[in-house]
Amino acid sequence: MFDATAPFQHRQSAHCESGVVSNLLTHRGLPMSEAMAFGISASLTFAYMPMIKMAGMPVIAYRMFPGSIIRGVEKRLGMKWVRKQFSDPMEGAKALDAHVEAGRPVGLQTCIFWLPYFPEEMRFHFNSHNIVVYGREGQDYLISDPVFEDVTRCEGTALNRARFAKGDMQAKGLLYYPEHLPSEIDYESVIKKAIRWNYKTMNGPVPIAGIRGIRFLGRNIVKVSKQPDAEKYLPLYLGHIVRMQEEIGTGGAGFRFLYASFLQESGKLLNNPAMIDASKAFTDAGDEWRRFALNATKMCRGRAKMDVHALEAQLNHVADREQAMWAQLRAL
Amino acid sequence: MKTDEVPQDPTTTYGGVRKLLYAVDDKGEYTGVRSQGWDVENYVTQAAVEELTRLAEEALKRARAGQTSALEYHMFAQRMDLATLSATTGIWAWRVKRHFKPSVFAKLNDKMLARYAFAMGVTVDQLRHLPQQDA
Repeated sequence: MFDATAPFQHRQSAHCESGVVSNLLTHRGLPMSEAMAFGISASLTFAYMPMIKMAGMPVIAYRMFPGSIIRGVEKRLGMKWVRKQFSDPMEGAKALDAHVEAGRPVGLQTCIFWLPYFPEEMRFHFNSHNIVVYGREGQDYLISDPVFEDVTRCEGTALNRARFAKGDMQAKGLLYYPEHLPSEIDYESVIKKAIRWNYKTMNGPVPIAGIRGIRFLGRNIVKVSKQPDAEKYLPLYLGHIVRMQEEIGTGGAGFRFLYASFLQESGKLLNNPAMIDASKAFTDAGDEWRRFALNATKMCRGRAKMDVHALEAQLNHVADREQAMWAQLRAL
Repeated sequence: MKTDEVPQDPTTTYGGVRKLLYAVDDKGEYTGVRSQGWDVENYVTQAAVEELTRLAEEALKRARAGQTSALEYHMFAQRMDLATLSATTGIWAWRVKRHFKPSVFAKLNDKMLARYAFAMGVTVDQLRHLPQQDA
C-alpha cells in the first residue's frame, strides 16, 4: 500500500534514469528493480550517430534517448507521470519547493557540470542526468542521486543552475513524479511486449542502428585508420568510443549486463527458461564489449600494436552474439 | 562478468565514489556489485580531461601572445568547446568565433559578456582577464 509518510529509500543504481524511475515507483508502492524498469521500457539499443556530435566526436548510444525509460515505463505499465518544464527558472524553483513542502519526492533532469557534489573529473557538460529531490534542510536540498552510494545534498542556487543549463537536450527544469499507478500489472504481457519491441530496435534495417550499427562501427574504425591524420586522430577516436561505452551513462557493456539481469528476473518471474538462457548469452555479449574496450585502450596507450582489423573482428563477434541472442528471443 | 571479475582498480576519476555494476555470482544470479573503478575507464576519462586542459593551455598561450581573446581560454577551461558554448549561450558559432578576435572581444559590451559569463559560471571580470602568470 502507498504510504505517503514513508521516508524515501535511496538505492544505488548503475544508471541514473532507470534508477530514478525504479526508486520513485518503489516509493509510490510499486516495487520495481532497476533492471525491470530498464527492460520494460525497452530502452536497450545501439546507434552510431555521425550527425550528432559530442565534443566534436560522433555520438554512440547504447540505449535509447534520455527520457525514453520514463516514457517507456509509462506506456507499457499504463501508469502516468506528471511532467513539468518551466520557461522561468524562478517558477521551476517555486514548483520544486511546493513538492518538497508537500513531502513528495520528485525526479529532476539536471546538467552534471553544475552539480557541486560530483567529483571534479566527472564534471562534464551533460544535460540529461536524473536525480531525486526528497527534502530540504535550510538552503540544502536533500538529493538521492542514484549513481552515488549514499544520499547527498545540493545548495539551492547550484541545483537551479543545473536544472536550467541550456544547450543540447536541455532540461528546462524538467520535474516529474508518478501520479496514476495501475492496481494490477500483467507482467507476462508487459515483459513480452517490451522484449518484442526491443527485438525490432536491435534488428531494424537502418545501417547505423542495432546490430547492423555495431558492424558499422567496426568498419568505420578501419576507415578512420586510413585517414591522413589517423596517427593523431585514431587514438582520440578509439578513446572516445570507449568513453561513450564505459563512462557516459553507465556504458555500453553496463547496459548489456543490466538487460541480462532483466531477462533473468523476468525468466524467474514467468518461469520461462528461454529468457534465462538468453540472459546468459547477453552476459557473454557484455563481456565481449568489455574486452573490446580493454583492447582498444591498450592500443591507444601504445601497450599493444594498433590493429584496427582485430578491433573490427571483435565488434563483429559482439554483433554475432547479440544477434544469436535476439534470435533466441524471437520465438517468445 | 562474474562478481569477482568486477574491477576494483583504485582510480582518481571517481573521487572516492564507488559505482554500481551488475555481475553474476557463483550461483549464476545477477547481483549489484560496487566497483572502485576500472583502469580502462580511468584512462579514457583522464585522456578526455587532459585533451581539454591541453586545449585550454594552448589557448592561454595564444591569448597571452594576443592571437586570441580570453574568451577562448575560458571556454576550454570550463570544459566547453565551440558547439557547447554556442548552444548554452544561444549565440551563433560564427559570432562566438568572431569574439575570439582580441580586438572584437575588447569592444564587447557588458550585456554580451554577461551572457558568456553566466553560461560558464564565472564573473564578467574573470572572463575579461587571463589568470595571473606564475612568477
